[in-house]
Amino acid sequence: MTTHVSSCRSGLTGPLRGSRLAVFVALAAATAAVAVAREGDEHFGIPQVKFINEQVAAGWADAKLKPSEAASDQEWCRRVHLDVIGRIPTVRELEDFVADSSPVKRANLVGRLLGDDSVDEYARNWADVWTTVLIGRSLENDNVNRSGMRQWLRRSFSKNVPYDRFVADLVTASGVNKAGEKGFNGATNFLSGKLEENGIQATAKTAQIFLGLQVQCTQCHNHPFNKGKQNQFWEFNAFFRQAKALRHFEETREVQAIELVDEDWAGEGGNAAQAELYYELRNGQIKVAYPVFIDGTTVDANGYLPAKLEDGTEYGVNRRQALAQLMVDSPLMPKAAVNRIWSHFFGYGFTRPIDDLGDHNAPSHPELLDGLGERFREQSFDTKELIRWITLSHAYSLSSRIAKGNATDDPAVGEKPKFSHFYLRQMRPEELYQSLLTATEADQAEEKGEKGARKKDEWLSQFIIAFGTDEGDEATTFNGSIPQVLMMFNGDLVKTATETGKGGFLDRVATSGMSNAHRIDTLYAAALARKPTRKEIKLANQLMVARKGDAISALQDIWWAVLNSNEFIINH
Amino acid sequence: MSATSRFIDGMSRRHFMSHVAGAAALAAPATAFTNSILANAADLKRRHKAAILLWMGGGPSTMDIWDLKPGAPTGGPFKPISTSADGIQICEHMPLMAQQMHHMSLVRSMSTREADHMRGRYYMHTGYVPNPNVEHPSYGAVIAHELADQVPDLEIPPFVSVGSGSVGPGFLGMSWAPFVVDANGNVRNLDMGIDPTRLSQRLEMLSAIEEKFIGEKRGNSSDDHAKVLSKTIKLMTSDQMESFKVMKEPKDVQDRYGNTGFGRGCLMARRLVEQGVPFVEVDLGGWDNHADIFKTLSDTKLPELDKAMAALVSDLAERGLLDDTAIIWMGEFSRTPNINGNGGRDHWARSWSVAVGGAGFKRGVVVGETSSDGKEVVTEPYSAQDLMASVLKSLDISLETTFTAKNGRPMKIANAGKVIKELFA
Repeated sequence: MTTHVSSCRSGLTGPLRGSRLAVFVALAAATAAVAVAREGDEHFGIPQVKFINEQVAAGWADAKLKPSEAASDQEWCRRVHLDVIGRIPTVRELEDFVADSSPVKRANLVGRLLGDDSVDEYARNWADVWTTVLIGRSLENDNVNRSGMRQWLRRSFSKNVPYDRFVADLVTASGVNKAGEKGFNGATNFLSGKLEENGIQATAKTAQIFLGLQVQCTQCHNHPFNKGKQNQFWEFNAFFRQAKALRHFEETREVQAIELVDEDWAGEGGNAAQAELYYELRNGQIKVAYPVFIDGTTVDANGYLPAKLEDGTEYGVNRRQALAQLMVDSPLMPKAAVNRIWSHFFGYGFTRPIDDLGDHNAPSHPELLDGLGERFREQSFDTKELIRWITLSHAYSLSSRIAKGNATDDPAVGEKPKFSHFYLRQMRPEELYQSLLTATEADQAEEKGEKGARKKDEWLSQFIIAFGTDEGDEATTFNGSIPQVLMMFNGDLVKTATETGKGGFLDRVATSGMSNAHRIDTLYAAALARKPTRKEIKLANQLMVARKGDAISALQDIWWAVLNSNEFIINH
Repeated sequence: MSATSRFIDGMSRRHFMSHVAGAAALAAPATAFTNSILANAADLKRRHKAAILLWMGGGPSTMDIWDLKPGAPTGGPFKPISTSADGIQICEHMPLMAQQMHHMSLVRSMSTREADHMRGRYYMHTGYVPNPNVEHPSYGAVIAHELADQVPDLEIPPFVSVGSGSVGPGFLGMSWAPFVVDANGNVRNLDMGIDPTRLSQRLEMLSAIEEKFIGEKRGNSSDDHAKVLSKTIKLMTSDQMESFKVMKEPKDVQDRYGNTGFGRGCLMARRLVEQGVPFVEVDLGGWDNHADIFKTLSDTKLPELDKAMAALVSDLAERGLLDDTAIIWMGEFSRTPNINGNGGRDHWARSWSVAVGGAGFKRGVVVGETSSDGKEVVTEPYSAQDLMASVLKSLDISLETTFTAKNGRPMKIANAGKVIKELFA
């Protein structure tokens, strides 16, 4: 393998080459972080990795499973690039990694992907992930500004804002939701579209996303099979009653932007000192609710915002800030976070769905979930550290090839995941988009920041089906069905990726002076991170013959086939 | 560009297939396909069963449409009118459907428990409550799976969803997924723009990569990918794609269905069923009327529904297709009998109605009854699985059918629902 990658290095120039120096600096930093690592040390000297390895291995022992072999360097390199920065590796990144002989090269690569060198791509990837979590993939409307949301997220991830701050910022955000407006705060877009009808959506989504509590059904009734009670929904809802989404209008009366503010709230009973809300039971009985957190902690029911009387007496409470503090202190918050981030890397979390941590839904690895949550808190909610632990774990290093001893470990058929082999999953559409740019080296010319992101939105919109409900429910046809295959066969994105025009990727490969064998190798490395098999080489050569020496057209055919394969679109 | 001219310079599809047949893993469907071209074209028109689901996304208030309660405090302002079916009255804002009710029947005793949109949508589509560990197949996947053998010459997907995306194929696998199109019948990305010889060479290369990856035993999604590839190739080369081109219908026909997305969707459903597609779902959203419900219903939703649905039912009847085509009208649930402070109705699953007709269903009957305020079913209540079992029976699909879920567990078709006897003669 090593010979293969080094052999195709020579012919490529220009954008295929990364910055040597920057890589070196990042490597140095990463190496320092794992200074205690020794050769053969399976957890790179990181106690949290050791903890994960022990817990997952205990699960294997219980279920009498044997883990698969380790993934190849190429496979692992492709996987970790996709998961951490949202795209496949370049040929150069791949060959550098394979050629690296350091015993801690995996830790070094993770260090580089989490380091300053990759910070823009890291932030873009996680901003994409969280935009989908917080506001969905549907296009924006009057109340939600995608671009504002994404800009805020990108900044948060590029600064690696601790997760507790991140959550509190989203839950308590005030300001204007659209970039360029006075008082802009993009974080407001999480709640700006969820405050209608007394903030029912704000209540449901906040509980679901950040605490792993499914409360949406308890709006109307006690839950039939989990412990959720209707009063808990409305007591949680009471925290959002000071929040208001004000509309700013243009002269044309079009909504220009939304401003999220907190205002004194007199309550539905008209007594601000004891501001209450009412809800209706199924039998028509009316009940009252005050702000009470899900663990029973009560908060001053005063509807006034904090202020001072003339004599200096303080009164009032900011309910959203009180809520954020209670959430951050709750053991559910780190568990929900760890579960979500784990599932990002493994395709499955410890519970299904990942945002339901209720007692009725027992996790696959309860001690690992709890323990990882506690360690995340001890690490001051440093998301990058959590990612480092997960990506350096033994489980994450395993091959996706199912082995004799672990065929029963198949969450796709409803089993609880045991992580004894890597589970196949299709790239997210955002990952595909970004990977095609990378594979064709079009990322160099990609429009940076918001402009590029909006182009990606436009492309994504073809896959989104919005159901038009108040909850903003949506589905995607980017799910392995025919429309997706048609897009890959014939769509503009792949058309562009397989263009043969001067200066494009295929043109550069064709004119690089490499032999045909090396050209084919390069295409395989760029898209699949592996060498072609003998059979594939034979077919590729037949294409060369069929194109009668028109090398670039033959390369185009091969490239089209490679990009349309299951192996390309599946993270394995 | 028309489907026939999609291939370069009038090259026949038979010629094309002689090229494609070279591609190993993708050759099976291609060969079946070549054979189908040799079959007598008239065979394409032979009788087959089909079903059309009119999906009312958001949860329509059925006591304002099919089960009115005039005079009750919960009744709302709409008046009932008589219909072409003896003794059946429906909403005054459905005058065209009123003339078609002798083709349809109503079940006024649906009683379910899922009043969350996504849960209700899943439950009504599959007959199962959502379960994080198993994905169940929806109506379209089940019916397409069971009826596809009746239409061996079908080259387009057997499960088409117009507008909404429906619910997926679950454990039946991605090759039974809904093919989602917009109401204008536009299918994106159909043209590759290269000659067939070259396409077949590309496909051969592609199938080698697919086979290698599948052979490495990494899990089912790699096989599913290859299956969907085959279906896509079949579809890209099919003249049957014409049946999506709803705009080719005469203008007066289009007008009869209404110049709306739902109208065009219903017209497309008729064309697709004529072509042999066993299952079409047409989506009409906008029923989540938490506020100002009556104006929304009388001014927009009901006229749009009435026009398109009546045109579809009468067209199918006139063309002799109704006896083989089941029609199902339903949403994920209904809306509260109590009218809320915003002049709307909220989610309600306890007592509501669906409409069915065609195929083996008895026509012009009403099954079940709700209380005078609409809050209770006072006769035997029916569930999503009962309705699904009844629809399958109307299509002569055996209710003894058992699927095997991916985990090896047997799954009875329609979740072992019981047939609603009054719907059958």
